[in-house]
Amino acid sequence: MADTDVRGADLRKDLEDALPPRRKVFDADVARDPTVVVDDVHIVYRVHGAGSGKGSATSALSRIISRKRASGVREVHAVKGVSFTAYKGEAIGLIGSNGSGKSTMLAAIAGLLPTEKGGIYTNGQPSLLGVNAALMNELTGERNVVLGCLAMGMSPADVRSRYQEIVEFSGINEKGDFISLPMRTYSSGMGARLRFAIAAAKTHDVLLIDEALATGDQAFQARSKKRIEELRAEAGTVFLVSHDNASIRETCERTIWIEAGELIMDGPTEDVVGAYERGERP
Amino acid sequence: MSTVSEPVSLSAPRGADAGLTPKQLADKYGLTVSGRRPGLVAYSKQLWARRHFIWAFATARLVAQYTDAKLGQLWQVVTPLLNCAVFYLVFGVILKSKDNFPEGTYTAWLCIGVFVFQFTQNAVQSGTRAIADNLGLIRALHFPRASLPIAFTVIQLQQLLISMVVLVGVVLASGIEIGRTWVLVLPALLLQSAFNTGVALMMARIGSKTSDISQLIPFAMRAWMFLSGVMFSIQDKISTWPEFWQKVMQLNPASVYMDLVRHAFAPIIYNKHLPAHQDFPPHQWKYAIAWAVGMFVVGYVFFWKAEEEYGRG
Repeated sequence: MADTDVRGADLRKDLEDALPPRRKVFDADVARDPTVVVDDVHIVYRVHGAGSGKGSATSALSRIISRKRASGVREVHAVKGVSFTAYKGEAIGLIGSNGSGKSTMLAAIAGLLPTEKGGIYTNGQPSLLGVNAALMNELTGERNVVLGCLAMGMSPADVRSRYQEIVEFSGINEKGDFISLPMRTYSSGMGARLRFAIAAAKTHDVLLIDEALATGDQAFQARSKKRIEELRAEAGTVFLVSHDNASIRETCERTIWIEAGELIMDGPTEDVVGAYERGERP
Repeated sequence: MSTVSEPVSLSAPRGADAGLTPKQLADKYGLTVSGRRPGLVAYSKQLWARRHFIWAFATARLVAQYTDAKLGQLWQVVTPLLNCAVFYLVFGVILKSKDNFPEGTYTAWLCIGVFVFQFTQNAVQSGTRAIADNLGLIRALHFPRASLPIAFTVIQLQQLLISMVVLVGVVLASGIEIGRTWVLVLPALLLQSAFNTGVALMMARIGSKTSDISQLIPFAMRAWMFLSGVMFSIQDKISTWPEFWQKVMQLNPASVYMDLVRHAFAPIIYNKHLPAHQDFPPHQWKYAIAWAVGMFVVGYVFFWKAEEEYGRG
């Protein structure tokens, strides 16, 4: 009896492997490897109040004496009790209106933002690939490529061998020698392209992509889509934040809808994106 | 696939894992808390692996610092020299501090003091801002955060090496000859660098939590500068104080490192056979080593304790 059960499980596993990955999600009986577990997570930003311009040393002293505790601190409750589990091989889209907490959620999964309550458990070190990954504006593009790669943990030899590839991918030098100019002189599109090129230079276990598909011109978009596909094939799980529903439909089979820091819906992309587009809350 | 029409939770564990809570599921598959602080040894290893980043970051920042100024990096030596000129005028000429020194040595004594004190002062100031000013980088990429305050100390060290060239010029110009004691400048500055790194790490954590502290820093640094005797001899002033306070003033790390470098560069200032001379307090090397090791260890551990919290603004 037990023997047949095992064989049955094996058979199911074979069948599952044979099916395209999109179908795996719906198989209700097979245990899957979780890669990201988000357990009742709350995230709070503390923003130091406006109007506290820097003055001289004496004014700082008087301010500290006059109000004992920093009363100008405002708390922004960006994520309120979100729970979900992501599994190996999934590509999950995150949708929601501006300021709904999608990007905050990604930053927290990447371990870049501490959680106020609850826990985020991950398989290895997730990597966040975002357009607003601020680098060092006063430094040249060249320096940013080198420093960004070194900060991600590449060796100097790796950086040297990948450098040309990164610059070509970014397309910064297509219209002249811009890579040797400080990054503050770049247009926003150029800056975003270079940042994406740097982040995409490394392979990642759990990959978090924040709006990166919307970056840059047509040619760059085609290049970055191809690169994301490559990264997806190597990564266990991919998260994608985007306002472009078409690219969510194209890339993800599962979608999570977040609004005002709360999870509204978590299900197959077609159902969730459909409901989101119609503005129907479950 | 008949189940598609029914609402299926895509999050819930299935098969053998069905019914596990998220926490149990995470434990079963050995998932770890995202962004958790690694142990001290593992952290140090990660930090060592980023040594190229630290060095490259420091060098790039140093070069970029004065890109907007026409005179560029010349300001690195012009600024402290201008400081020296002001102090010379006020303390040397008007307040007549230079009468307490062997003929012609006050300028060298003053400049060494200003440069050495500035080394620690800059470490404190840039350490305080190291985290707060680089939140973008911290939120974008994953690396041991101690890289930043350490990189800023490396910047100060690189700056100091440039200003040392000028300092040697000043010392030689004031008629002091090159001697064997000059070798001692190196270990003294190395110890001071370790001390500065510890201070920068400590200030980085404090500065990341309490933004008000950056407003207090100039105040505190000015007080420290006057109490350390950068531009006048503090020892002449405190010789009548109770012994306990004299001892406290002697232990002041800024005084310790300044005395060591001054003594190494110009032992003549401390020559007891001259009518006007300075006293070289005893045990300075021991204090210097104790401060360097103690401050580095305390600062490093203190910074590491809050490693996972530096993302928050």
